[in-house]
Amino acid sequence: MLVDLLITACAGAWENDGEVLASGIGVVPRLAASLAMHKNPDLMMTDSEAYMVSEPVPIGPRNGYEPKRETWMGFSRIFDNVWSGKRHALVGPTQIDRFGQANISAIGDYDQPKIQMLGVRGFPGNSISHANSFFVPNHSTRVFVDGEVDMVASIGYNPQRLPKGHSLDDIDIRLIVTNLCVMDFGGPDHQIRLVSLHPDVTNEQVIENTGFEIFVPDDVKKTAVPTDEELAMIERFDPNMLRAPAER
Amino acid sequence: MDKTTTASDAVATLGDGMTIGIGGWGPRRKPMALIREILRSELRDLTVVSYGGADVGMLCASGKVRKLVFAFVSLDFIPLEPYFRKARQGGEIDILEIDEGMMLLGLRAAAMGSPFIPTEVGLGTDVVACNESIKLIESPYDEGKEWVAMPALKLDVALVHVDRADRRGVCQIKGPDHYMDDLFVRAAGRTIVSCDELVETDYFHENPEESRCVFWERSATSSVVHIPFGAHPSSCNPLYGIDVGHFKAYAASAKEEGGWQEYIDEFVSGGEARYLDKVGGESHIKSLPLPVY
Repeated sequence: MLVDLLITACAGAWENDGEVLASGIGVVPRLAASLAMHKNPDLMMTDSEAYMVSEPVPIGPRNGYEPKRETWMGFSRIFDNVWSGKRHALVGPTQIDRFGQANISAIGDYDQPKIQMLGVRGFPGNSISHANSFFVPNHSTRVFVDGEVDMVASIGYNPQRLPKGHSLDDIDIRLIVTNLCVMDFGGPDHQIRLVSLHPDVTNEQVIENTGFEIFVPDDVKKTAVPTDEELAMIERFDPNMLRAPAER
Repeated sequence: MDKTTTASDAVATLGDGMTIGIGGWGPRRKPMALIREILRSELRDLTVVSYGGADVGMLCASGKVRKLVFAFVSLDFIPLEPYFRKARQGGEIDILEIDEGMMLLGLRAAAMGSPFIPTEVGLGTDVVACNESIKLIESPYDEGKEWVAMPALKLDVALVHVDRADRRGVCQIKGPDHYMDDLFVRAAGRTIVSCDELVETDYFHENPEESRCVFWERSATSSVVHIPFGAHPSSCNPLYGIDVGHFKAYAASAKEEGGWQEYIDEFVSGGEARYLDKVGGESHIKSLPLPVY
């Protein structure tokens, strides 16, 4: 299933992280964080409610499984962790622009939006405090927009908006995993760069579905297909197949 | 000392134009019975500060809100709150949209009596660019960097729901997270608490764990209103879970012409006893499973 490949690709976001809180918001990101923590037990995770746990908690009905709680981590304490920088979140913005600025707040005119969404949530604080990666289940020009996102909820590599005394290197956006490819910000001047293509996807497809110019190197790889062990772990963390709706 | 009162008497102390902070988080442990009492009142032009759920949606739908201070409004499993969306998309309310952590800092600043707290949070984003009331400053100690001066979010009144309280205002939250309720209470001039259970003070003496789940001293509690199931349809873990069915019906009402008035007529107008009856009674609410995230 494509979704399993997306989960393993997303898990790669935390591959080189040390002892940081891996937060995956949504089914695929959370399963990816779970897989990443399985491979790298230095990572930390929560039960998505109020405790840090010693091993990832399977999603969906618990069927008798009791989370292995080790540290109270209510929302007030989450911000202490956020501001310490020891966190790497994988989130799913509605819009992303060429600077990596992201939007989950509102589409259209800010005073009277065409579509009101969640609000900025923790995006501003996350983006200035710690590493972030993005998951985009539907790679299109509606998500990867020309110009700037309608409401800049998280800071990106935009020199025009760089706060005084800061450098673009203070910002840490790692991977973008979509249903077509994996990208990062490794092009010239933090330009978004194509890293790998999922099976049967072409460079042209990615370029066509992205609303701005990306950096396409000569050595674009193939996204790794999940191993049997990875598939078994995904199955363990999602015994109820809640990940299936991501297959579109 | 006895701080107990009724919901209607407590809400009668609120005035038009007040700034009201609401505890809880999304669809979790919201003082919904107090919100319903506000819906039954003539109050208007409120400034509402909330980690928003249906509390915000309902107040917006009833035209009670002049300005909303928020980081999100969501019912979690229904990500987009339908009546909040309507209010925003209709351009009906003023807003101050801030990061979740900025809200925490604003409440903390108010609790400390400090005009603002400096933070990096918000830099480079539209929460600063779109909100003229949020200013940038430079540190007096270290030149060069700019900081967001998150202003104090001073509340006239905080409304929170707790598991249990005694008559003097010792309040216990037994669930896994007290969210920012303690900060809402401390940021407010007055706090009205609704509680599922009204207990004798002896309750807290039974073991130290009982008083460990008390997050502010009783002097910060102004009024105590005993309202069993007062958080419904939000959860009050561990006493009862989220009423997903009720929230779905509530969300569906937003798609119907006159849907909000129908919701009010069916659930709100007839008072709290009728409300409990209409939503399925005590046994239904007690049987609501605790949420699994």
